[in-house]
Amino acid sequence: MSAARRHRLAPWLIVALAALYFVVPLVATAQFSLAGARGGVSFQAFAAVLEDPNFWLSLRFSVLVALAAVLIGFALVVPAAYWAHLRVPRMRQWVELISILPFVVPPIVLVFGIVRLYGGGVGPLASPLVMLLAAYGVIALPYLFRSVDNGLRSMDVPRLTEAALSLGAGWGLVLWRVILPNLRGALLGGSFLVLALVMGEYAIASMLGFNSFGVYMLLTGENEAQQAAALAMIALGLVWLLIGLLQLLGRGDIAANSGAR
Amino acid sequence: MQQGMERVETALATPRGAPLGGRVGPLAESAVWFVPFLAFSLSFLVLPAAGLVAGSLSGAHGPTLRYLLQVLQPQYLIAYKASIELSAVTAALGGILGVLLSWAVVAGGLPRLLRSTLLTFSGVASNFAGVPLAFAFTSTLGPVGMITLLLDRFGLNLYQRGFTLFGFTGLVLTYLYFQIPLMVLLITPALEHAARWSEAAANLGASTAVYWWRIGLPILRLPLLGAALLLFGSGFGAYATAYALTSGMINLVPILIGQEMSGNVVYSPALGDALAVGMIVVMAVVFLGLRLVQRGTRT
Repeated sequence: MSAARRHRLAPWLIVALAALYFVVPLVATAQFSLAGARGGVSFQAFAAVLEDPNFWLSLRFSVLVALAAVLIGFALVVPAAYWAHLRVPRMRQWVELISILPFVVPPIVLVFGIVRLYGGGVGPLASPLVMLLAAYGVIALPYLFRSVDNGLRSMDVPRLTEAALSLGAGWGLVLWRVILPNLRGALLGGSFLVLALVMGEYAIASMLGFNSFGVYMLLTGENEAQQAAALAMIALGLVWLLIGLLQLLGRGDIAANSGAR
Repeated sequence: MQQGMERVETALATPRGAPLGGRVGPLAESAVWFVPFLAFSLSFLVLPAAGLVAGSLSGAHGPTLRYLLQVLQPQYLIAYKASIELSAVTAALGGILGVLLSWAVVAGGLPRLLRSTLLTFSGVASNFAGVPLAFAFTSTLGPVGMITLLLDRFGLNLYQRGFTLFGFTGLVLTYLYFQIPLMVLLITPALEHAARWSEAAANLGASTAVYWWRIGLPILRLPLLGAALLLFGSGFGAYATAYALTSGMINLVPILIGQEMSGNVVYSPALGDALAVGMIVVMAVVFLGLRLVQRGTRT
């Protein structure tokens, strides 16, 4: 009995200490963001943030850019992964290798390299927006490839394709009406993770001079400590929402090792 | 089933020139599917990285090693050392604490509900990084943070005792907020696997020590190493958290690279290139280690 109790004590202690470490900063942030004059509660900081047009502009910018990055990433990854699964299995490992290469090039190095290569030039590639989308597309590759690859594994790609082709569908129709609907869960899962990564991203956006959500948070927070805390709570809520949706889908990784960090 | 699939695949893998895709040959046909992906990766990942290497090697009068050697000067070497130390310390601490936490929940006989709670929370916390994380820790342990004020009321003034959130220790404390959850997410599947063996071993009379020595560690060795390498990479590449926390006043390589460029303008290109190449080299070593570990796990 006492041995069993002792056995239980250590796990509880570990969980309790971890809960302390993880919950205290959130409580502190919440408290700081809500602290009013003379120890009261005030929603002043939240109101100030929500009334700031720049908050909504930057948030809208980051959402749109993140969605664009997701679309670009899928437009590149889905055809390559699909064809590798269907016809050239040898290519699968190459596509996979290239997809995880962004790990080797941290975001700050990536944006530096892109600016050094294209920044001074003329034409569309020298446009900061193109460079931003390109960098986000690269960051998204590992997560999008993994979710698409898992999705393709879970269906019988050759049989579905053959069935569709034999019924007279063209390649475009096969992708659009047969493969993509079957990939819906994988596509959504990958999207939520990339949205969570890109929405708060700071390094790339600030280097390229964009007023993204991450940049707005830092600029506001530098001057207004309470608004910084309020923004941290809002950002936490957004991440929670996206990861929660991801988990409702019950698929895909929820661990990302680059991006907003 | 497997055989059936292979038959379909061979049926679809039509011989050269077969009319499955229309007029174009199979090579050209495959190219259509791969080219956008390959061209994009080449243009925005491979070429920029190669450009950095080339830039770091070229001076005003032809090829030079000057800039790469410049990186070896004390002021930059210190930044690399600090970056590597920060990543190594947070990977080791985050790894150990993450394993303890995950093991407690997986094999500690705690309510099942805790497991899904832990995984969900880890998903959120590992993605709650960068600027907002820095703000959260400033609210907690900054000069007027909640914990700082609380401890001060009990007579312990952290900042008078030499603690600061805006230095190495503070960064370690902050990075752990995403490193521990990342470890939990990466290692929980492997720990669950090992925990199943633990029951079997206990039924056969193995002691805890024997289980860990003969079964647990051999199963977990490579997953642990792989996860630790990923954590190292995640800490090494981090920029926003350190920048927001210290207002860019800390000597880490990503911060130095950031200082070389602002709003699309690069100040001293060759030095920036060399600094960036150094980061790529470190990450490439980590990446190769990771590939070796993954290969070992598969066989």
